[in-house]
Amino acid sequence: MAEQLVNLTIDGTPVSVPAGTLVIEAAKQAGVLVPHYCYHPGLPVAGVCRMCLVHVEKQPKLAIACATQVSEGMVVNTQAAEAKSARQSVLEFLLINHPLDCPICDQAGECELQDFVFQEGRAGTRFAEYAKRFNPVEDFGPDVLYVPNRCILCTRCVRFMEDVAKEPVLNVSERGDRAFIGIHPEARLDHAWAGNVVDLCPVGSLLSKDFLHKARAWELDKTASVCTGCSQGCNVTLDLRDSTVVRVRPRSNLEVNRYFICDHGRANYRWMNRADRIEAPLVKDGGTLRAADWDEALDRVKALVQGAKGKAVTIASPRASTEALYLSRRLLSRFDWTGGFMLVMGEAAALHGVPNLALRAERAPNGTGAELLGYQSDLNAAIKAAQKAAVVFLLDEVEVPVETAGSLVFAGTVLPDHARNAEVVLPLANVAEEDGTFVNRDGRVQRYFQAKPTPGMARPAWWALGELVALLEGGSVPSAAEHVFQDLAGSVDAFAGLSYGALGLIGRKVQAGAGVPA
Amino acid sequence: MGFPHKPHPKETVVLSKYFGEADARTLKGWKKRGGYEMLEKALAMEPTAVIEEVKASGLRGRGGAGFPTGLKWSFMPKEKKKTHYLCVNADESEPGTFKDREIMRWTPHALLEGTAIAAHAIRADVAYIYIRGEFTEPWAIMEKALAEANDAKLFGSIKIYLHRGAGAYICGEETAMMSSIEGKRGNPRIKPPFPAAAGVFGLPTTINNVETLVAVPHILKHGAAWYQKMSLSNPKSTGTKLFSVCGHIAKPGNYEVTLGFPLKDLLYDLAGGMPPGRTLKACIPGGSSVPILNREESESTLLDYEGCVEKGTMLGSGGVIVFDDSADMVYQIMRLARFYAHESCAQCTQCREGTAWTVKIMERILAGQGKTSDLDLLLDLSDNMTAKTICVLSDSCAAPVISGIKKFRGEFEAYIAGKKRSEAA
Repeated sequence: MAEQLVNLTIDGTPVSVPAGTLVIEAAKQAGVLVPHYCYHPGLPVAGVCRMCLVHVEKQPKLAIACATQVSEGMVVNTQAAEAKSARQSVLEFLLINHPLDCPICDQAGECELQDFVFQEGRAGTRFAEYAKRFNPVEDFGPDVLYVPNRCILCTRCVRFMEDVAKEPVLNVSERGDRAFIGIHPEARLDHAWAGNVVDLCPVGSLLSKDFLHKARAWELDKTASVCTGCSQGCNVTLDLRDSTVVRVRPRSNLEVNRYFICDHGRANYRWMNRADRIEAPLVKDGGTLRAADWDEALDRVKALVQGAKGKAVTIASPRASTEALYLSRRLLSRFDWTGGFMLVMGEAAALHGVPNLALRAERAPNGTGAELLGYQSDLNAAIKAAQKAAVVFLLDEVEVPVETAGSLVFAGTVLPDHARNAEVVLPLANVAEEDGTFVNRDGRVQRYFQAKPTPGMARPAWWALGELVALLEGGSVPSAAEHVFQDLAGSVDAFAGLSYGALGLIGRKVQAGAGVPA
Repeated sequence: MGFPHKPHPKETVVLSKYFGEADARTLKGWKKRGGYEMLEKALAMEPTAVIEEVKASGLRGRGGAGFPTGLKWSFMPKEKKKTHYLCVNADESEPGTFKDREIMRWTPHALLEGTAIAAHAIRADVAYIYIRGEFTEPWAIMEKALAEANDAKLFGSIKIYLHRGAGAYICGEETAMMSSIEGKRGNPRIKPPFPAAAGVFGLPTTINNVETLVAVPHILKHGAAWYQKMSLSNPKSTGTKLFSVCGHIAKPGNYEVTLGFPLKDLLYDLAGGMPPGRTLKACIPGGSSVPILNREESESTLLDYEGCVEKGTMLGSGGVIVFDDSADMVYQIMRLARFYAHESCAQCTQCREGTAWTVKIMERILAGQGKTSDLDLLLDLSDNMTAKTICVLSDSCAAPVISGIKKFRGEFEAYIAGKKRSEAA
């Protein structure tokens, strides 16, 4: 891949970028963020907000950085007096009809209008007229409200629906300063990926009803995670307020989801905040479950595993981490083992403007990880095997009853009725409470990070199961999910050469051609 | 020659020769006047030869920008790999301009002939003539003429379509026109890509004004040298041009003169001067988008591209708007700004917000509530609206404001000082 590199200078910093790169992107390499509104790397260039005006030597007029391609020897100055003054004037024009209702606006704190006005706007207004433009709030769709008064008409939402979602229901209606974002009179903004317009909106004009007035942006703690909604493995950020997940937003990963997530994934977080969690290990005592400490519970499992002979079965949730799946299999390594995972199917919904991006029918964030570790998607075979198994291990929420003549161990977040006959119940962390990895449908191993503490005595699976494995096999208890992954990479071919460090924030693919281990 | 006026001896009547002759509208009548002979000649020529001839003539775009026509044609891909398009800009909406309307009303075949020759020169397969929506009469005449010409199979493999605008001024901007032809909202597009590379439907396209194209058959007939010699002042401005004169003037109408003609003579001789008892106060020589000239400037301007620039304005479309001493310049400028605020496509921030804000400030001044600082504010806003947007609509709103305040500051100050108040605003 011999790419032609172009050398240019941006604010005095020399950069070399591939030919065809836009100045606004090249500037990022020089550590310069050119203020902008309409430009978004995931959308076609519009060049309408005129905010990214910069000075380019030997050009008669200021140029918009979002639509100007780099050229050899170009000298860009984003801080030239005339460029700054032009941008300041754009901000002034944007503000004359803006309500400045930041105190009641959800976008405040993460608003690009606020940010850039703070950075380079005028201190006062010269708009002496009394009335500002007013239009009432409109209900655009199941989760989207449009507040036209705050709109700066950057058209990101219009372009997303037209060019990315390929369902052009939004437009710019009217002209001049009467313009607003219009919606087709017979349509709703109910596309399966429509929620992205809320993220794309640089101001508080398109709002999520789900998040409406829930939190101020500066109260949110943000954690990198992976969506559990399906097998696509979209990268997301979990936004938490006081250890409660209040919002899921896309995190860019050009290999997986670019800048977008679907509405199914976006709404798929409430279970992370469930209050009916198992908060202590439980052991069966005289026919009922009673709370125990971890040592007692783990000893019970150890005794149970050591005392049993014959077959063992693990039935896992597709949301179980690769680490948990690996450990629970290793735990039962001396048995004739059958593993299965529950694969729930739903409706698929593609984002037509982005290749290989869809809400997948397989609602299994780690189905591929499970398969690579020897778990089958044929749940019935595992359920059947469980009937005659000596030990059955249920990993996290398995929504179908499992009957067995042997001993049942349940490790998970909430206790289903059908698991109440378990010998031991181990309280585990959910995806927001632990570090771990999922393998998406394309074999990409992606990390997710702990966003909040576990409730009560619950532990991440890598710890609880890691300690169990140490009890059974000898050896040390892992002190981080990373160590479990290290063991996994060392023993399962598909994961060879991978490590948490190598995965980073955007993940890496498993070894090509690596099959399911024997 | 402006119908119904008789030609004035100082006019150079080339394009407007048959204005007023209804018979010229028919194919038969047009052929009788030598029509379509040049198309026949052109079709037998190499396209590049046509381009060279037009290049040599010095013909420049009559829509407003004055770009050399032959040069524009030569930007089309040398090797034809895709469909080429010609778009004819007949969306004449510039306030004060009504020359293309007359060309279409009286000599529809002249436009069709020019269109077909240009299409041949740029090797266009399809030509769209984009006619302003309000032009009902020219539309009907053009439709009839096109049907006649098509029946006579005059255009070879070139397909000519009429496309009717829907009343948006901005669709006269060439890239907005392409969007409109594609069936989209008429929004100007960022350049590059330039139309010759990716125009209408993403294919190589050239856009020419009506008046530009009707000059082409004459160039082929009499030769580039003949055309080039028609120049009264600067040799870079050649040929004749129609000027639409309107406003406070005795004989409003279209007048065809050789470029370099004195504006003073156009106003006082050809158009009959001011209404009785009135004197000239100001003049906008090139359609509402160009800076205003005061009396002294108007009376010393030579009407060609360079002559207008020398006076700080532009030749533009040749729409000459005349103001006599009864004109309230503050009100007039507000009306112009209101037009641009109404027509802004709303894409660029400066234009969308700036045009409307300009109107609000102007209205405030007219209502007697202006402040002295408003003039500096208006000038600063206008500066912020100039040379920073996709198209020049924003600049067009700013131009009369800047020149108006500069040249008629006293009138603004009278309003601000409370000495004057407009009922009209």
